[in-house]
Amino acid sequence: MTTSRPVPTFDDDIADRKLCIICSKGSLDMAYPGLILANAALGEGIETHLFFTFWGFEIINKKTMGNLQFTAVGNPATHMPAALAGLPGMQAMATRMMRKQIASLDVPPVPEFLRLITDAGGHLWACRMSFDMMKLSEDDLFDGVEGVIGATEFMEISAGAQTLFV
Amino acid sequence: MLVTIAGRHVNVNEEGFLTEFDDWDETIAAALASDIGIALTEEHLAVVRFVRDDYQAQSTSPTLRRIRTTGGFDTKRLFVLFPKKPAKKIAYVSGVPKPIGCV
Repeated sequence: MTTSRPVPTFDDDIADRKLCIICSKGSLDMAYPGLILANAALGEGIETHLFFTFWGFEIINKKTMGNLQFTAVGNPATHMPAALAGLPGMQAMATRMMRKQIASLDVPPVPEFLRLITDAGGHLWACRMSFDMMKLSEDDLFDGVEGVIGATEFMEISAGAQTLFV
Repeated sequence: MLVTIAGRHVNVNEEGFLTEFDDWDETIAAALASDIGIALTEEHLAVVRFVRDDYQAQSTSPTLRRIRTTGGFDTKRLFVLFPKKPAKKIAYVSGVPKPIGCV
């Protein structure tokens, strides 16, 4: 008996796809979109680069990466009255709640997430200007960061890529 | 649709993924792996067995992160064993649906 059966074409459709994500924010809620998309892209066999700039450095700075904060201040989407959002202790409470929600979805904390991304073949780059401005040394950065590069080098790396700004 | 894999009649969906968990055995896994250019070894099978057990326990296919954190398999190694799209390829060879989790 002869059968012709469907076989998935896992690789054919992604030949040269490449994704670059610019991570420019340092709050807990804004760290995750870039990390989640990078992880998903890598799982699809897409060449993926993350470029950390300005406040995005909080994500790759060893001192801050495990302690990113969330605040309801200036964020009407939380539906918290503005007068309450800025009270002492509110940021810590909001951060604690968000961390708990993230963990309950089985999404890893930032340092573990970065390791997952580099293990999956993702590339992490730090912005030269932010690095100099913040007077950091390479020892301050997560060890998976491949290099400190300028905007021009990023343009070379991102040639032909889809680029997202977060 | 009903098709023949490794001499057995099994059900697959339009993409070729097995639709019946119990249709699977290791001979069929070897045939599915060979379809997508993978020569199945004991190391592949260790991952596949974990994924099948986990699917049975959780009623959902594990994501790569779960295969690492719960199964204890190294992510880098998974990308070597099942290149480019490990989570989907592992699911295909394991006879379970594509994982739907984001992380």
